[in-house]
Amino acid sequence: MEDIIKVEGVAKGYGKHQVLQNLDIAIKKGECFTLLGPSGCGKTVLIRLIAGHEVPDEGKIIIDDTVVADSATGEYIPPERRGLGIVFQDYAVWPHMTVFENIAYPLKMEKRPKQEINELVMKMIEVVGMKGLDKRLPSELSGGQQQRVALARALVADPSVMLLDEPLSNLDANLREEMRFEIKALQRKFGITVLFVTHDQEVALAISDRLAIMDAKGNIRQIGNPYDIFENPADLFVFKFMGIANFLHINEKGGKFYVGSGQQEIPWEGPKGTAANWVAGFRPSDVEIHRQGPGLKGTIHRANFLGATMDYAIDIDDESLRTEIETHTAINNDLMFQEGEECYITFKALHWFDAEQLKEVEE
Amino acid sequence: MAGGTIKKDSGFGIAQVILFISIAILVIFVAWPVLLILFNAFFVDGKFNSVDFYNVLTEPETFQALINSLIIASMTTIGSTIVGTFFAWLVTRTDLPYKTFMKSLFLVPFMLPSFIGALAWKMLLSPHSGYINKWFMAAFNTTEPIFDIYTYHGISCVEVMYLFPFVFIQVCGALERMDPTLEESARISGAGLFTITRKITIPLVMPSIMSGALLIMLYSMAHFGTVAVLGIEQGIYNIPTLIYEKIHESAGSFASIRTGTVLATVLIVSAACIIWAQQKVLSKGHYQIIGGKSFRPMELKLRGLRYPLLFFCLAYIGFTILLPTVIIFMVGGVETYGLPLTWENLSLDNYKYILFEYDVTRDAIFNSVTLGLAAAFITMFAGVMISYVIVKMKVRGKGILEFLGMLPFSVPGSVIALGVILAWSGQFGINLYNTVWIILVSYIARYMAFSLKANSAALEQVHDSLMEASRSCGASMWQSLKDIVIPLVRPGMVSAFFLIFLPALRELTVSIMLYAPTTRTIGVAIYTLNEDGETVMSTALAGIALIIIVLGQMLINHLTKKASE
Amino acid sequence: MSYIRLKNVTKRFGDVTAVDNLNIEIGKGECFSMLGPSGCGKTTTLRMVAGFEDLSDGEVWVGDRLLSSPAKHHYTPPENRNFGMVFQAFAVWPHMSVYENVAFPLRLRKLPNAEIEQRTKDALTATNLLNAANDSPADLSGGGKQRVALARALAINPDVMLLDEPLSSLDPHLREEMRFEIKDLQRKYGFSIIYVTHDQSEAMALSDRILVMKLGVMQQIDSPLDVYNNPKNKFVFSFIGVSSFTDVIWKGKDAYIKGSEHKLPSGLIVPERMKAEEMFNLASRPTEIRFTNANDPNGVRGLVVRKAFLGEIVDYLVKIGEQEVRVQIGRRDPGPEADEVCYLHFLRPFWYKINE
Repeated sequence: MEDIIKVEGVAKGYGKHQVLQNLDIAIKKGECFTLLGPSGCGKTVLIRLIAGHEVPDEGKIIIDDTVVADSATGEYIPPERRGLGIVFQDYAVWPHMTVFENIAYPLKMEKRPKQEINELVMKMIEVVGMKGLDKRLPSELSGGQQQRVALARALVADPSVMLLDEPLSNLDANLREEMRFEIKALQRKFGITVLFVTHDQEVALAISDRLAIMDAKGNIRQIGNPYDIFENPADLFVFKFMGIANFLHINEKGGKFYVGSGQQEIPWEGPKGTAANWVAGFRPSDVEIHRQGPGLKGTIHRANFLGATMDYAIDIDDESLRTEIETHTAINNDLMFQEGEECYITFKALHWFDAEQLKEVEE
Repeated sequence: MAGGTIKKDSGFGIAQVILFISIAILVIFVAWPVLLILFNAFFVDGKFNSVDFYNVLTEPETFQALINSLIIASMTTIGSTIVGTFFAWLVTRTDLPYKTFMKSLFLVPFMLPSFIGALAWKMLLSPHSGYINKWFMAAFNTTEPIFDIYTYHGISCVEVMYLFPFVFIQVCGALERMDPTLEESARISGAGLFTITRKITIPLVMPSIMSGALLIMLYSMAHFGTVAVLGIEQGIYNIPTLIYEKIHESAGSFASIRTGTVLATVLIVSAACIIWAQQKVLSKGHYQIIGGKSFRPMELKLRGLRYPLLFFCLAYIGFTILLPTVIIFMVGGVETYGLPLTWENLSLDNYKYILFEYDVTRDAIFNSVTLGLAAAFITMFAGVMISYVIVKMKVRGKGILEFLGMLPFSVPGSVIALGVILAWSGQFGINLYNTVWIILVSYIARYMAFSLKANSAALEQVHDSLMEASRSCGASMWQSLKDIVIPLVRPGMVSAFFLIFLPALRELTVSIMLYAPTTRTIGVAIYTLNEDGETVMSTALAGIALIIIVLGQMLINHLTKKASE
Repeated sequence: MSYIRLKNVTKRFGDVTAVDNLNIEIGKGECFSMLGPSGCGKTTTLRMVAGFEDLSDGEVWVGDRLLSSPAKHHYTPPENRNFGMVFQAFAVWPHMSVYENVAFPLRLRKLPNAEIEQRTKDALTATNLLNAANDSPADLSGGGKQRVALARALAINPDVMLLDEPLSSLDPHLREEMRFEIKDLQRKYGFSIIYVTHDQSEAMALSDRILVMKLGVMQQIDSPLDVYNNPKNKFVFSFIGVSSFTDVIWKGKDAYIKGSEHKLPSGLIVPERMKAEEMFNLASRPTEIRFTNANDPNGVRGLVVRKAFLGEIVDYLVKIGEQEVRVQIGRRDPGPEADEVCYLHFLRPFWYKINE
């Protein structure tokens, strides 16, 4: 598959604050690519650079084999000529125009004949599930409906690429779930390339073909498909970002690995490579809790009944971890612990990280 | 996708041109006149001289005017604060009947220009010929009037009557916006209503009270009309009236201008201090409701006092609004002042004369309306452009614009008028003195700040993403402005227009300093006719002015209501 | 022994009945939550107990004190009820220091100065605010402000604490921390708590008993575990967590999921009381369903419409007949691919009549 967007050596700063430096990304035609990272990491800046609302200080951006921005030569194509569809975080639906007028606008700018505009717009309105609402004003629509108008408007002129900047963060949880699958369905239906920007790792996992993780300093930490990123994180930052994570400090003494400053050896294969100090990382679902050994002996620090799940905070010597069991599993297997009770921990999966990385993330 | 190569922003493009024009407008119309005043006040014969400044200030006449300004402003401020806070509390925190109606009723005094009110009160309470005093003296067989309006407290009372809505509005807003759980938590802690009001409600609302009070102080110090009508006869001058008197009686002599600029400087400094204090006070107090549940705040049950207090409020409005208005229309209907106000003596003759025959008044009405329209249009468009630069454009140097834009915020009218005289009377090439243009120029300076505020607020509502979205849809910058920004900003522009047109129509303080025989405004005509002894004509014109103002206000209310639907 | 009693408490606003005939008894030292969506009447009920709203009908008793009774023309105003109360927006007074905020209720009771100082300091210590005593509340974070509100409520040593969604303005991490603090304080001081929230996991974690409310009507009062094990109706079931309701119909003696050609498997037994219904619901939670094979007597046949990898879990949408069911399994658990036929084992099925 060829690359439809190429970002080469791009840098962008505001005053003293350098947001992006030396950034290289290539997005393939037809894929759903997500840029995932914490707020302020620069992912929105990158989308704005690709859209043309900002100009890179350094580097080159190429869309569909055309150079749209090049700091070296001064080339720059303004946003209105880049032929992209874009959905903003606040939808940016124009309050003084009806649903129809909003969606028709890109076609109006292309000076298409009235008949054609009418046809295309009404079809798009149906595709996004807004049939019958074409004459409404945005103030009469719910958040989710405004979202759909924004999507329709971005798609109607048949762009080669669609950019979405955190489109779901203003929706409530249920709607967020529904819309993310709808966006994915639209992408497959129209076969367009989607560049999706978000801080929500669940959304990224659910819809992406590939995703890139950015850290707060604007550096890409890992690019890959969702499964790879989740199962084989490049470093602790990626691991922590992709979901709730536990970390146990590990002390090495004479080739053996002990939990914290206690005497218990961690029941897992030791790390490979060198580091001054190690940290064992694992997810709550990687923990198995038992009434008896073998395993790490721990004490229940807190037991929370949350309805469908039991949530446990467990102390192992001077370290602690969190795990969850489904309530019905706990009931059926005598795993309803109380505060203060003893328990034994084994693991289903474990990642080793350099302890320095944990420090970096906790800053 | 259409290819193309456009050069990145070069150093000097259309953005810079607009920035330059905007700065030029603000400098020429606003900053320059004010600077000239300061310059004139401190520089004698081109040399800096603060001793002379001090001497002028300590001349008995000027010093007295300063003291008077302070006394009157203080009395007015205290009075307005008490009245405004009391009514605001009544209307938001008690079970007074017909509260919503009363709330709008208390805003009516805003519509009456206080100098017209002063004229009415003069006719009612001047010590020997005022109608109320005449009746009182006859009824009780005495030569002592019940109240002499030509006094400090007379002036203050009149100002309080028409200024208290400033405090009223601020305190109403604060009380309504306040999070009711702040009072509820005091209640559940064991506090009764009296304790809550004293220890919680009032301290929390104090910033708004102070803010309103400071605004009134500023307004009163800078106000010409009431003191001119009620004070000059007794020799009570404040700063604006003294400036006017000096310049007027000496026909613009050098010494009088000097005195004028010194006094104006005092006004500028006072205004600056008050605005600074007001900003500080407001920035400390933000106790607003955090969305969500809307339970009403605590209400005091007035029980037996409900209807008596309602009656009191209505009587207050009746006394301060209805009575003067009735007097104005009645006196405007008699042939000569002093005639008893009976049905036989009343007619519409004066009104017809003023509207259709008397050139002084006809011209005045025409002048005011055209000046108002011109000033409103010009400031509206200039304001949009300048606000756009400040709010939306990313150009270097727009900080200057923000600073200049804040300047005129309450530079008092007399100061603007004097500065405009200094700037546009021929010293720098253009001489507009004694023409209608000099009044227009000063109106632009005076009201630019209001236009900037209204338009900036409207522009801030138009989020950047709305324009970016249109650009990504294929619209160029200009197309986006036309299709997206202008339609959304139109309501702000319209409100800016009316925010300027109505006050310009009825104002007096500025035009009194700049008028020539043929360039009178309505306010000037009312005042000068009164000075010349043409009491009934003056009053009749005042009546017409009131009708125009009320009609205009109703039109605005109707339009803004339609816009918000 | 019941300490707080609400008898037939009703509140009407014009034609709307916001709270309908509530009967609740809360014991001393009990943590009692009122749980429901916005508009269900839980806050109105709390405000009636506090005295900010009067009752349309019924009585409110605390101990042997009657606090409100329209029939008996009795109403004790809030300032005389001696409750501690914490509001959603904290309601901490910005113009007073933290110390003065907490001391306020004590000063109102005209206690001797030494006692005021002692009790204020105790309350501040209990909420970790002693170092911030002279600060202005505006300088504190959301959690800090909430602690001030708690300290102020604690200072009078109340027997009853009323908490109106006290944690919903805080971020999730802080919410958990504050929840533990509140529970610890309750254990230490022994007061009863009436807690209002719309967050079901919060109610579950904190309470001794929960009242679930809908549109002013009591749906269920039980301990958290009992509400989880025996949700009385569809509303309670759906409020406690993510849920699916699947339509089931009778064709002769066999039950079919509506639109499916396959009858329910032998392992999935429909209770007697549904036999009289034409159509009824099978209620399930996505995490309480497993994939199994065609031979399993519990296996309900369906078609995978969508499979999404969400990291820890894999989220499925399975079509059975005309119905769609959500299934969530762990990422290591075996599961089918999209567009495959599959068999579902409902681990904890619940059955409800259509309008239950």
